[in-house]
Amino acid sequence: MQFDQILQYVLSGFSTGAIYALIGIGFSIIYNATGIINFAQGEFVMLGGLLTLSCLQIFNLPLWAAIPCAVSASTVVGILFERLAIRPLRQPTPINLVIITIGGSILIRGLAMLVWGKDTHSIPAFSGDAPIAIGGATILPQHLWILAITLIIILANKLYFYHTISGKAMRACAYNRRAAGLVGIDVRRMVLFSFIISSAMGAVAGIIVAPLTMTAYDVGVMLGLKGFCAAIIGGMSSGISTVIGGLILGVLESLGAGLISSGYKDAIAFIILLLILFIRPQGLFGKADSERV
Amino acid sequence: MNFACMSFVIMAITVLFSATSFAAAPIKIGALFAVTGPAAFLGEPERNTAKMVVDEINKAGGVKGRKLELVVYDTTGDATKAVQLATKLIKDDKVVAIIGPSTTGETMAVIPVAEKEQVPLISCSAGSKITDPVKKWVFKTAQNDALAVGRIYEHLQKTKQTSVSILTVSDGFGASGREQLKSQAAKYGITIVSDDTYGPKDTDMTAQLTKIRGSHSHAIICWGTNPGPALVAKNVRQLGIKTPLFMSHGVSSKKFIELAGEAAEGVKLPSGKVLVCDLLPKTESQKKSLVSFVKDYQNHYKAEGDHFGGHAWDAVMLLKNAIEHGGDKPSSIRDQLERTTNFCGIGGTFTYSAQDHAGLRKDAFVLVEIKNKDWVIVK
Repeated sequence: MQFDQILQYVLSGFSTGAIYALIGIGFSIIYNATGIINFAQGEFVMLGGLLTLSCLQIFNLPLWAAIPCAVSASTVVGILFERLAIRPLRQPTPINLVIITIGGSILIRGLAMLVWGKDTHSIPAFSGDAPIAIGGATILPQHLWILAITLIIILANKLYFYHTISGKAMRACAYNRRAAGLVGIDVRRMVLFSFIISSAMGAVAGIIVAPLTMTAYDVGVMLGLKGFCAAIIGGMSSGISTVIGGLILGVLESLGAGLISSGYKDAIAFIILLLILFIRPQGLFGKADSERV
Repeated sequence: MNFACMSFVIMAITVLFSATSFAAAPIKIGALFAVTGPAAFLGEPERNTAKMVVDEINKAGGVKGRKLELVVYDTTGDATKAVQLATKLIKDDKVVAIIGPSTTGETMAVIPVAEKEQVPLISCSAGSKITDPVKKWVFKTAQNDALAVGRIYEHLQKTKQTSVSILTVSDGFGASGREQLKSQAAKYGITIVSDDTYGPKDTDMTAQLTKIRGSHSHAIICWGTNPGPALVAKNVRQLGIKTPLFMSHGVSSKKFIELAGEAAEGVKLPSGKVLVCDLLPKTESQKKSLVSFVKDYQNHYKAEGDHFGGHAWDAVMLLKNAIEHGGDKPSSIRDQLERTTNFCGIGGTFTYSAQDHAGLRKDAFVLVEIKNKDWVIVK
């Protein structure tokens, strides 16, 4: 086994892992604010990519203008989803909410199929696709974009959650909804905020990966599941541990495909998911919750 | 409603119904296509084409003075549904023959129904097990994977590229291709040095390709349908692999060039002749059918006719010829289908016999190369 082969596996793993991480953080933000797992998260990834495509082709916008347009449009879809499907629910038990998000994801996917058709579409890379050599391995400029944007989003998240009032309020909701409500935090508003942030993040993830992976109405399913895996490994934190979770997942997948067998690539992700859920449900880096009696 | 009005309505209905009974009843043909769902890229052009061809036959006076009536159901690519719909076509609609289904999985599920009810089935899917072994009532129009593999291997043998890496998608299409690639290799003196797969929804194949790069083979053969192969082509370019890349006939459409962009340049693949019908020499026996199909499809649907639609074109035309020569009884249609010789269709030149219900030779495929975003025939 040559060194440059391993290096290539790890680099490929990092770049796919960063995508998983970005989607995973979207999962954990909503989970932390509302206690539900939003299975429609993958659909925002899809919407980001396809809306960018429409902005580029139908409205003839340049790429730098198409991206913010697509992100805001997906955010609007996120707001509508929260307003129309999550908020009106009489009995917001977790299981009801989870089923609603699954239903929502099927609905969004179906509508996307009607709007954009069943074909796969490609989006041009942000800055060309001449490969960059690192040691014996190569990556594309787009991979650097992905890593950089993931980094920026994580930093922005950190700033928001620890240094702004509404970020702190959202964390308060995560710790204890009722107590947060009692000290005057509008919990419902925080839920809406969490949907806004995570749908925007999902859309960004969808846009930056589209030049590499291409996009279609059904890309959200697999990417959503992998992002969910990353979030589980990271213990549903909205910070660095989900990122590490995503990177671990990406690298293991890539090493597994290269060294063991490519047939087991997806199996690896789901075996990790199950193992974590069985053995360390609090995530790789989390401390177990202690219940005070 | 008063009495006068009622009696008028009844009279009108009577007149309407009796009017149709004057003309000879149409011959009913059933069709099962995966118009929606994951195999919609097959089913949609197939349905469009079948409708178009039947309309045209009817406009030209039908078959032996009788019109054809096409009953199309959408199987959504689901084998269980295909079986139910096949039974419905036979029992309720009383069709004389069935065209489709679009995928090999569905066809295999429908075969027992067709055999039991003794209704001819002309499948539009490619799997070689559909007609191997031969089933009495089952024919097919799509080219076997085996022929496509043979075409690539022939070229490799000629150019003395004897070691290949294969990368196949882990679905029915890829599995069947992989089987053929492995079983035919020895015959052409080719060794497979690396055998990998990828998932139909995978978004990155650099891991598999890195492994392939390490195997130093003479050629890479990727077997899949869009979008996977486009990603493979892009990843090959990203990794700077210079090994010639071959694809399957599963991506022989302009969509592949559009998706893979620059990375498609230089990729070679076996393709049905419909793609390159303009480039074929005048002596080509299929040329007339091909050009007329492409032109008709363009007029009807403002889109380019592809070989998937071609499978349905072949099926309807074969059926029409069989009814013309025999009658509209399922058993005589079957017998006449088996007697088809040198029918120049879209997929190739069909010659069915009691031992061969696939009917095509290796010349059904041409090897094409992508140059400047277009197809070029490889000599």
